[in-house]
Amino acid sequence: MGNASTRRAGTLRRRPRAGWLRAGNVLPAVAALTALFLVLAALVPGWLAPADPLAIDPVAAFRGPSGAHWLGTDESGRDIYSRIVHGARPSLLIGAAATALGLGLALLLGLAAGLGGRWLDAGVGRIVEVLLALPGLLLALVFIALAGPGVATTIVAVGLSTAPGYARIIRTQVRALRTSPMIEAARVLGHSPARILARHLLPNALGPVLVLATLGIGQAVVWASALSFLGLGEAPPAPEWGAMLAAGRTYLGFAWWMTFFPGLAIVATAASSTVLGRSLQRRAVGA
Amino acid sequence: MADTALLGSSGGGFPRPGGTAVVPRAGRWRGAGFWLVRRIGSAVFVLWAVATLIFLAIRLIPGDPAEAIMGGPGSQASAAALEAARAEYGLDEPLWVQYLSQLGRLATGDLGTSYALKVPVVQLLADQLPGTLGLAVGAWVLAWILALGLALWSGLGGRGAAVVGSALEIAAASVPHFWLGSVLVLLFSTAWGWLPPVSNGSAAGLVMPVVTLALPLAGFLGQVMRESMLTAMNSPFALSAHARGESESGVVLRHALRHAALPGVALSGWALGSLVSGAVVVESIFARPGLGRSLLQAVTLRDVPLVTGVALVSALAYVVVMAVSELAERAIDPRTRDR
Repeated sequence: MGNASTRRAGTLRRRPRAGWLRAGNVLPAVAALTALFLVLAALVPGWLAPADPLAIDPVAAFRGPSGAHWLGTDESGRDIYSRIVHGARPSLLIGAAATALGLGLALLLGLAAGLGGRWLDAGVGRIVEVLLALPGLLLALVFIALAGPGVATTIVAVGLSTAPGYARIIRTQVRALRTSPMIEAARVLGHSPARILARHLLPNALGPVLVLATLGIGQAVVWASALSFLGLGEAPPAPEWGAMLAAGRTYLGFAWWMTFFPGLAIVATAASSTVLGRSLQRRAVGA
Repeated sequence: MADTALLGSSGGGFPRPGGTAVVPRAGRWRGAGFWLVRRIGSAVFVLWAVATLIFLAIRLIPGDPAEAIMGGPGSQASAAALEAARAEYGLDEPLWVQYLSQLGRLATGDLGTSYALKVPVVQLLADQLPGTLGLAVGAWVLAWILALGLALWSGLGGRGAAVVGSALEIAAASVPHFWLGSVLVLLFSTAWGWLPPVSNGSAAGLVMPVVTLALPLAGFLGQVMRESMLTAMNSPFALSAHARGESESGVVLRHALRHAALPGVALSGWALGSLVSGAVVVESIFARPGLGRSLLQAVTLRDVPLVTGVALVSALAYVVVMAVSELAERAIDPRTRDR
C-alpha cells in the first residue's frame, strides 16, 4: 500500500527508539500468551481445569475466590474457574464459525464487486449499504426474532452482521490488486482469468483477510456472549461466558466474582484478538 | 466492528455513495440540489430494502405468522382463532398483495400494530424514542470528548503516554457493554452507594448508562483518531509548519486536531450502529425504558411488526447520520470538497 513510503519518510522526526517499553513489543507478547491460554482451554480444558464445570456442590455455594476455588463458586457451588476454562470452547467456536461465515460471505461479495463490471459493483455496493444500515446487534436480533434463538442462529446472525464491513475492505483490496502491474503482466502473458484469480488475486487478498479474521474473532465472541447475556444464546447451565455473567448479575450484591471473572474472560479474548490483529496488520503494511 | 482499525489507516478507501459524484463547479445550488436528491433516493432505497428483506425473511422462515400473533407456538390457539387472526392481518391473501399493501402502509407512515401489545407501532416508537435518543446523544458527546482527549494525550505525551494510552484504548474498546455496566453498578451502587443501580429518571440515574455506552465507543474512536493525528504530525505540512517556526501546540491545534477529528466523523455511521447495539444491552442492564428494551422484548415475543419498526427507525437514523457526517467531513477537510 502507498502508506509505507510516506510513513518511512515520516520517521525522520520520530524515530522509534529500541527498548523494552514499546507498545510494539509488550502488548503483542501479552496478547499472544493470552491467546495461547484460551486456545489450550478450548482444546484441552481438562488440563487447565481438572474440576467438572457442571458438578454441583450446594454446601460450597457463593464461596469467594480462595485456594480451593481460585475464582470462587456460583449459586450451586460450581467452580467458576473450571466453568470459564470449559466455556472457552463454545465461545471460541461460535466466534470462529461466525467470523468464517462472515468472511466467506464478504469474500464472495467483495470479489464480485471488485472483479465484476460497473453494474455488479454498484449492485453489491447497495446490498452492503443496506446491511450496514442495520447495526450488528440489531441485525442479529431481527434474525433471532424470525428464526428463534439457538447456537446456529447466533452464528448466522453474528456472521451476517460482520459481513458488510469485511466486504468493503476486500473490495478495495481486490480493486487495487486488479490494476496492479503484477496482474497486468499475468494478463499480458496470456494467463486465464481463473489462473490469475487462483495464483495472484486470492493469495494476495488473503493476507488482509487473515488480519481481519484475527481482529474479528474477538468481536464475534463479544457479540455471541452479548446474545447469551440477553438470554438469546446458550442456556444457563452450560458453561458459557455471557450466560454465566447474566446469571451472576442476580447475586451482584454479595457474589461479585460470578459476574466479574466471566466478563474478564470475554475482555481478555477481545483485547488479545485486537492486539494480535493490529500487530499482524502493521507487519503486513511493512511499517 | 472490527473493520474500524483498517478504516483508520486507509482513511476509508472506498467511495461513499454520493462522494464520487461529479458536482458541477458552476452553480453551487445545482450541486447541492443534486446531492440532496441522491441522498433522499438512497434513503428511500435503504428503507425499502430493509422492509422487503424482513418481509421476505418472515415468509421464507418456517413458522406460522398467525401463531406469532396469538402469542407464539406455546399458546395453543384454536384453529378458529388462528383463522380470525389470519383474516384480520391479511395473511390469507396472496403474497404479492400482502407485500404491496404492506409497502403502501409503510409509505404512509403506518408501521402496523404490535402483535404482543396490540398498540400501533408508531405510537410505541414515539413513546420510546426520546429516552434512547437522550442516552445515545449523551454517550456520543462523552465518547468524542474522551477519545479526543486520549488521542491528544497519548499521541503527544511521549513514549510512556503512547503505551498507556494505546493499552487504555484497546481495553476500553474490548470491554463489552454488559460487563462494563455490571462492574460500574458493582462499584458505584453496591460498594459505594453513590449512584442508583437502575434508571429512575433522575440525572444521577443517567450517569452510569451514558458512561457504559460511551467508554467502548471512546476506545474505538481514540484508536483511529490517534493514528490519523500521528500521520498528520509526521506529514510534510506539519514539517513545514514546524519549519515556519510554529510551536508544537500550534501545529497540534491548527493541523493535527483537524486530522484527529476526521476519522471520527467518517465513522459516524458505524458509531451510530455501535450506540444502537449498545443501547439494547444498556437499557436492559439499567432497566431503562427505550427502543432497545422494547426491541429485546419484541424479539423474545417474536413481535414482528415492532421489530420491523425499530429496524426501520434505526436504518433511517443511519441514512441521516451518514448524510450529516458527509457534510461535516466537507466542512472539516477541504480536500473532500471538490470530489
